[in-house]
This record gives sequence, structure tokens and C-alpha cells, in this order.
Amino acid sequence: MKSAVLVFPGINRERDMARALRLISGHEPAMVWHAETSLPKGTDLVVVPGGFSYGDYLRCGAIAARAPIMDAVRDFAGEGGLVLGVCNGFQILCEAGLLPGVLMRNARLKFICHDVHLRVERSDTPFTRGYNAGQIIRVPIAHGEGNYEADEETLKRLEGEGRVLYRYCSAEGVVDERSNINGAAQSIAGIVNAGGNVLGMMPHPENHVEDIMGCTDGRGLFAGLVAHLERAA
Amino acid sequence: MKARVTVTLKSGILDPQGKAIEGALKSLGVYGVASVRQGKVFDIEISGSDKAKAEAALKDAADKLLANTVIENYRVEVLS
Repeated sequence: MKSAVLVFPGINRERDMARALRLISGHEPAMVWHAETSLPKGTDLVVVPGGFSYGDYLRCGAIAARAPIMDAVRDFAGEGGLVLGVCNGFQILCEAGLLPGVLMRNARLKFICHDVHLRVERSDTPFTRGYNAGQIIRVPIAHGEGNYEADEETLKRLEGEGRVLYRYCSAEGVVDERSNINGAAQSIAGIVNAGGNVLGMMPHPENHVEDIMGCTDGRGLFAGLVAHLERAA
Repeated sequence: MKARVTVTLKSGILDPQGKAIEGALKSLGVYGVASVRQGKVFDIEISGSDKAKAEAALKDAADKLLANTVIENYRVEVLS
């Protein structure tokens, strides 16, 4: 799996992401500066990592979404290329119009930094095939603006088309108001685009991939992508 | 020319920051505060003197970057 990790000023999770990709795919990811206008040849996966691009000025992800490299990412996604956006990356993909909706301030206004549980809604996608449908995984979140909102019609479409891949839940897998950490519509933690090849999620699977991290539940996402690409090759 | 773009949340969009400000104003005892919605103001200096052109440019700026039209409305004013 040849992956490309985008780097914007103010991003700070790109090295965690690169480490996870290296560890699980066995290949060194390319780090691609935002001012570039093309992706490395043969890229299988574009990752928009987390952090605070442009200090979250204007709106989270708004300025990064208009960076030169994003045109190349749009073309890549348009051709069916796999794109993963985590945290600020999810915000950037929404601002770039690659995913519907918007990430609003957390309902209780606090920046939240701790582990959450997610329910994997289905396993038949490139981004979830490393898990079983209904599996509960534990991954960290670290965001102040992760409250996913979209208009009613969009939410209905996301649900109807099975495009919600990850949902906040309790350790037992209960999806309710209490386990909905940031107040997101329908406890949405991660969604895909209509083509199913662009995933945005607020939690950080890349931070739960090694024993030293205390949990390896995030591995499945990357291992699933590797398996998907190997099968496609 | 001086211009101003005002960006506000669309009605119906939850505004937790506005709610927090509303609560603070109420606890300060400010008279008559019923509700608060917060937004952003951009003061922009435009070179040239074509007012219509400036307005069009500011709308372009708002659509492309200043506002997220999924959740926000904007108003453009060329002030002088």
C-alpha cells in the first residue's frame, strides 16, 4: 500500500499517522506538502491527518481545504482513489466538499481528549473490512469541533445508503445520548462519500496500533485497507 | 473602498457558543437578553472604485472561503 500523507501548516498528527502506516503496511508513506499540485505516482491511499491546520483559523479545516494539493486529492477521489481523513482531516474533507455536512463545536463546548468506544456499523467496505460488523473498538479522540451535523435530507441519505461506518457508543456498544461524546447527529463518528472511497472520522485509529499504546484496536482499519488493496491488485 | 462581510449561522443551526454567551449575559444581569446568536465580521479594504465589481468580488470571497454555506449565511456591504 503506497500511501501519501498530506502536510499542512499547523498539522501535528502526521507523524503518528506515518508511523501507523509504516508499521501496518510495511511501506514508508510519502509526506506531501500542501503547496504541491500532484500526488506521488502510484498512490493507493491519501491520508489527511489530524492536527490544527492554520491554527483552526476561520473555521476548522477551511483554509487547508483550499490548498493547491486539494485539487489533486479531488481528482484522485473522483477516480475512485481511497482517501482517509482523521480529525482535522475529516473537517478538511467536509470543507473541501468531498464529504457532506460540517463539524460543529462539541455540544458541551469542551475540548475532549480521551478514549471513546466506536461501533463498526458494517464490515464490507475498504475502511472497515478489518473488523466485524457490530464490533466495538476503543480509540482516542482529541477535538473541540467534532459534532457532526448535516441537513435532515443528507442524514437520511447517509443512513439509507449505509454510509455511517463508525458510531460513538458505550463500552457495551450502546448508542445513546450518554455515549454520544460530542453531540453529533445520530452519534456519527465516521462517514463515507457516495462512492464509498472517501472516509472522514473524528477519532484517531492511528494512536491505537501498538501494544505500547495500551490498545491496538485501531490496527483493523489500516490492516483492512492493506487487505483491500492487495485483493484489488 | 471599505467593505464588510458579516457571516452568521443559519437559523435552526445549533449555536452552542451563542448559547454560552447568552448564559453569561444573563448571569451578568444584562437587561432583556432573550437569546444570542454569534457570528463573524470581516472588514476588507478593496482597491479600485467600482462598487458593483467590489460587491461581486466579496460575494465570491464569501462563497469560496469566508462562509460555509452549508451552515452559514453572509451579508456583503460596500461601506464607502
